[in-house]
Amino acid sequence: MTAVDDRPEAQSAEIGKARRRKEDQRLITGRTKWTDNIHLTGMLHLAMVRSPLAHATITNIATDGARSASGVMAVFVGADIADIQGLNITAWPVTADQKSPDHLPMVLEHVAHAGEIVAVVVARTAAEARDAAELVDVDYDELPAVLDLKEAATDAVLAHPSLGTNKSAFWQLDSKEGGTGEDVDEAIAKAREDGIVIEREYRQQRLIPAFMEPRSTVVDPTGEQVTMWSSTQVPHILRFCIAATTGLPESKIRVIAPDVGGGFGGKLQTTPEEFVTLAVARKLGRPCKYTETRSETMVSGHHGRDQWQKLTLSAEKDGTVTGLKVELLADLGAYAAIVGGGVPVLGAWMYNSIYKFPAYRFNTTNLYTNKTWVDAYRGAGRPEATFAIERIMDELAAEVGVDPLTIREQNWITHEEFPFTSVAGMTYDSGNYEAATAKAKELFGYDELRAEQQERRDSNDPVQLGIGVSTFTEMCGLAPSRVLGSLNYGAGGWESASIRMLATGTVEVITGTSPHGQGHETAWSQIVADRLGVPFENVEVLHGDTQIAPKGMDTYGSRSLVVGGEALVLAADKVIEKARPIAAHLLEANIDDLEFASGSFSVKGTDKGIKLTDIALATFAGHNLPDGVEPTLDADATFDPVNFSFPHGTHLCAMEVDTETGATKMRKYVCVDDIGVIINPLIVEGQVHGGLVQGIAQALWEGAEYDEQGTLVSGSFVDYTLPTAADTISFITDHTTSPATSNSLGTKGVGEAGTIASTPAVVNAIVDALRPLGINDITMPCTPERVWTAIQSAGSNQSEPTPTEVQPHFEEGSGNQDDPGTATQGAGQ
Amino acid sequence: MIPAAFDYLAPTSVADALAALAEAGDDAKVLAGGQSLLPILRMRLSAPEKVIDLGRIEELRGIREDGDHIVVGATTTYTDALASDLLREHAAVLQDAIKEVADPQIRRRGTLGGALVHADPAGDVGAPALALDTEFVITGSAGERTVAAADFFQDLFETAVGEGELLTAIRIPKHTGWGAHYEKFVRVSHQWSIVAVAATIRVEGGSIAEARIGLTNMGSTPLRATAVESALVGVAATDEAVREACAAAAEGTNPPSDLNGSADYRRALAPILTRRAVLAAAGA
Repeated sequence: MTAVDDRPEAQSAEIGKARRRKEDQRLITGRTKWTDNIHLTGMLHLAMVRSPLAHATITNIATDGARSASGVMAVFVGADIADIQGLNITAWPVTADQKSPDHLPMVLEHVAHAGEIVAVVVARTAAEARDAAELVDVDYDELPAVLDLKEAATDAVLAHPSLGTNKSAFWQLDSKEGGTGEDVDEAIAKAREDGIVIEREYRQQRLIPAFMEPRSTVVDPTGEQVTMWSSTQVPHILRFCIAATTGLPESKIRVIAPDVGGGFGGKLQTTPEEFVTLAVARKLGRPCKYTETRSETMVSGHHGRDQWQKLTLSAEKDGTVTGLKVELLADLGAYAAIVGGGVPVLGAWMYNSIYKFPAYRFNTTNLYTNKTWVDAYRGAGRPEATFAIERIMDELAAEVGVDPLTIREQNWITHEEFPFTSVAGMTYDSGNYEAATAKAKELFGYDELRAEQQERRDSNDPVQLGIGVSTFTEMCGLAPSRVLGSLNYGAGGWESASIRMLATGTVEVITGTSPHGQGHETAWSQIVADRLGVPFENVEVLHGDTQIAPKGMDTYGSRSLVVGGEALVLAADKVIEKARPIAAHLLEANIDDLEFASGSFSVKGTDKGIKLTDIALATFAGHNLPDGVEPTLDADATFDPVNFSFPHGTHLCAMEVDTETGATKMRKYVCVDDIGVIINPLIVEGQVHGGLVQGIAQALWEGAEYDEQGTLVSGSFVDYTLPTAADTISFITDHTTSPATSNSLGTKGVGEAGTIASTPAVVNAIVDALRPLGINDITMPCTPERVWTAIQSAGSNQSEPTPTEVQPHFEEGSGNQDDPGTATQGAGQ
Repeated sequence: MIPAAFDYLAPTSVADALAALAEAGDDAKVLAGGQSLLPILRMRLSAPEKVIDLGRIEELRGIREDGDHIVVGATTTYTDALASDLLREHAAVLQDAIKEVADPQIRRRGTLGGALVHADPAGDVGAPALALDTEFVITGSAGERTVAAADFFQDLFETAVGEGELLTAIRIPKHTGWGAHYEKFVRVSHQWSIVAVAATIRVEGGSIAEARIGLTNMGSTPLRATAVESALVGVAATDEAVREACAAAAEGTNPPSDLNGSADYRRALAPILTRRAVLAAAGA
């Protein structure tokens, strides 16, 4: 990584300013175009009929009752739209022989999870469609469902009998094979002789993305292009997938993501509902709308996480790490979603985190079950990895008998060692873990809280105090296209931007990213205002419509600023370079004598100058341009990053644990994140706060629970316990800044940092509070009952933990002890 | 979230409401604030033919003093109850419990009477109503009758309010000067109680003279912890003494098991929360 830091020094009027977001007025008041607000002449409304069963064969669907109900225009079953409905594809078959069952938007016969669409009712009003949907009578032959991930691995019951197995793929990254490190088995064998081996298994529970706006789609099939409005993060990817699978030519499809109310990855999917709405609209030749209920979101929108994680860490007696072996079981749900099997794979480069493991192996076995499909959810693979490594580093500290921060400092990459190539083969360009940790400790009052913890232990206080540490890193800025290609990903990772210099002095910026609440319009305006020297207010940011922003890779994975922001910078620089010869001509000066600063070209050593906006007007008129110069300043740019970016940070959390009831209460939370150069501190603050709460929610509150029949029992917000502001405390956030070297703005991305870092900080704090009782893990979410049960079963066993308890070995023959076996191995990196 | 179609009636007097109820029979649901009924309708868990909205009946709303009682109209909202000086002075434990109900938006619409008749054992107003020996005024075509708290809650979602009847008011005996506390145990703040304890205590000279304890979500109805009440009489308001008296709080209960906790866990919580509620109510 040798990109040069060439950020302009002087032009920093807007970058770094805590501007309030220009889009908030319309977003917060709702006086804007959400998809469900769109009403078209003659528009019909859809209601989906969904399978209540997790695994079944449809034997008959009786639609007569629904067809004759008030206002009903049509009822379709899968066979009726089979020729045009397309397919919900996976973009990332992680191995060449990955098994991916066809995911039809509306099933034909085989239902693989509760909530799948089996029929659609089309009526004049949404209420009539909903009423009539209840009259569709579906007969099923119920099949045995596989719901438990470990059972799925045995293939005893199959989610898709026609596949013959539940295994989608086995993928491996091995440092010895890849030439980035040593043999992990040797490291572990050696440590069993004369060092420390820690083996742990952690559970990443299933989560449900809970964006504020339920998903909604409107399709207008009239006109030359079919237009789809959808509440999506990925209008460009959606257009591609429609063209690739329905037979509609790409040029005949326009996709619009109007204002979108949140996503967190939950809207980076191309959904069955979008495809069914499109098929019905085309079939009937009339505009159609489908808006889901929250209950439908929860059974049909993709879920997140859901892994078992086995880790084996080896170290020398003094705590210096020597090896790490990771073995995952990852639940894909019933189908491989758009990122699908790639989500656990994204963790492969992150388990080693900021530590200098000389040897490393990552295995994931991706499995199908008869549950809702699983895909990217804020962090996607990286929160899982960060959780596991940060939990087990605490276990190492406990084994060695040192403070969790000491064991980390002993093993992390020092700031002098950047750029640093990790054992997983990633090159971390910049960072300073020492600085972030020092700042966090000070803000936290680390030593004082440790002293209080000791006092509470000594006095046997019923409320114990625990301190949790998470020194995380992540990879953002998805992604260098070549890397994606080497991983068999179905698309590139570039981003596009255009700048249009309007005649009257204002500027239109077109971005291929697709904001859904992040504040891109504000941040992009700040970047362009600085770069072109125009007022912030004069910049308009356009996005989310394939007719306006024809090229883009959309918004996910903390990529928009890091990749899309750089495209914007390149486009702005092209505008300046296009204006330069015109400026020289108008100023009657030599082009080499021109300087551009603060929005004007000036002739060195003179007071002669011309504003860029005046050049835009002169170009618009075209009356007096130099020979051979195109009469436009507008510019397009596409940026393909050469590396990921690597935000990092130190998060410290103090939790009080009521040992009588098991209730936990957050006492203090401090995070110091290094996300590189900050464009807008207020937006960053919002991203960090929201991210923290989402990560804390995984630790304490959220979890998708199914019953034995495969029914989602936490299917509404009564049982899926999302936190509100009333459940959280004021966070203390701060930053250190090590600019990224992979983009000229020096940014690293902040969308996922809080979520990735906070979960282990919270669980580490709870375990830290209870460790004197011999407790070394609490399964997430750490409900009061789970904490209480752990305390009860610790019971009288309050003596010093014995070495065998600290070092439980996985049973002989279990996965972590085995060689990877004969399954197909992934490409590694 | 569109309910099945229903006819909507909004009578303006109790007499009209009773007449509408009589005419509709089994096919009607009575709407007070909608805290529970609206989600049930919107999720299509119930599809009544008629919804009779009591919201426009002025005589059902308001809080007044009547001798030794405070009378609360059935459609008085939580928010209005929270603002009531009469309740603060004479029935503080009810206000303490209402503070813990759901969130501000729901408290603004939800009503005391609606919640009591819905009789969700995880709801927050049943236990304090029981602890305060509240009388329930039920009106039907044959006129008014009054039911004691002990007879009002009959089973899960079942009360003494019969077919064709309405709960029109509750009469709370004044507990002037009694200490009060509602100890609610939840995972997230807007949740139904996992377990909660309503305690109102009269302290004399540093020890407990009288105690009234109601338990939320420890069975199919709100429960009164009478054994604990007796054990508390004469006990010093200290942690140790109260702990012993509250030890039996879960005896005879039959709490549910669900995603938020097993029955055993709830049984373990009850004595702890009861002790905390009593100590807080006693000002210890």
